[in-house]
Amino acid sequence: MSQAMDDKTQLGFWIYLMTDIVLFATLFATYIILHHNTFGGPGGSELFSLPFVLLETMILLTSSFTAGLGLLAGYQGRKQAVLTWFAVTFALGAAFLGLEIYEFAHLVHAGHSWTASAFLSAFFTLVGTHGLHITAGLIWMATIMWQVFKNGLIPPVKRRLTMLSLFWHFLDIVWIFIFTIVYLIGGEIHG
Amino acid sequence: MAKNEKPNYAPRSTYITGFIISVILTLEAYFLVVREALPYWILIFTVFALAVIQTFVQLFFFLHLDSESKPRWKMTTFLFAGLVVIIVVFGSLWIMTNLHYNQEKSYSPEEIGKYIEEEEAIYR
Repeated sequence: MSQAMDDKTQLGFWIYLMTDIVLFATLFATYIILHHNTFGGPGGSELFSLPFVLLETMILLTSSFTAGLGLLAGYQGRKQAVLTWFAVTFALGAAFLGLEIYEFAHLVHAGHSWTASAFLSAFFTLVGTHGLHITAGLIWMATIMWQVFKNGLIPPVKRRLTMLSLFWHFLDIVWIFIFTIVYLIGGEIHG
Repeated sequence: MAKNEKPNYAPRSTYITGFIISVILTLEAYFLVVREALPYWILIFTVFALAVIQTFVQLFFFLHLDSESKPRWKMTTFLFAGLVVIIVVFGSLWIMTNLHYNQEKSYSPEEIGKYIEEEEAIYR
């Protein structure tokens, strides 16, 4: 495929990401509006552990960084480096997802599931949608790594690699706002 | 794209710089909140501003939105998405804070139920 076609494909994917931003915006708006409606139950400050969330944040941020280095190695045609960096990214992404599932399970076991209040419905929908994106990203990453391993850095594989890292950086940017709005502002700051 | 074909080919130092700035901004927001160093609204504003700054740091250093070549479609669609986000989020907040019962945080679940039944004629 020519360079012009590559650019078009990338722009199409970029526009998908922009519409995904709007999806997340509606979920953020819902959360911000409902986060006081705890139906008599505990609010964010009692439920969230900030050091735990900081750890999640740092893991995802580092994975966004290593994805960038992986893409760079792709442009330089260093196949082994691509596989190594994306293996690191995958491991960090899986660790992040594991921590998130742990947090969700912990909340549900303590009786704070999405059915407990409007606040928790909004919380699980917003953070869960992000987690679902991470899950999809991990599956995608595994298939692309397989393609790099099997076919080498041929142009179509490079193009997919570019879009995968766009997607991964995008997910980290969404997480900055989840970290800030849901956990820092919603969980810890008291009036 | 430009003459030599390297669309998003930024040097490694760009990623390292972006990563370090992002870590600093994240820790700054975290410690500001944990130590409750500022009054309520100033703290919320500051922490939110730090998130917006980090977004732009990552857009430029990781996604290279600044080095996009001429027609700048990515920047255009990004700005449009930003406009929609602002309308959706602030518009929703504006409308919902005007609903009286939503402003009263001190209502118990029973009182909210009673209020909705009496004032808005919505029954369970």
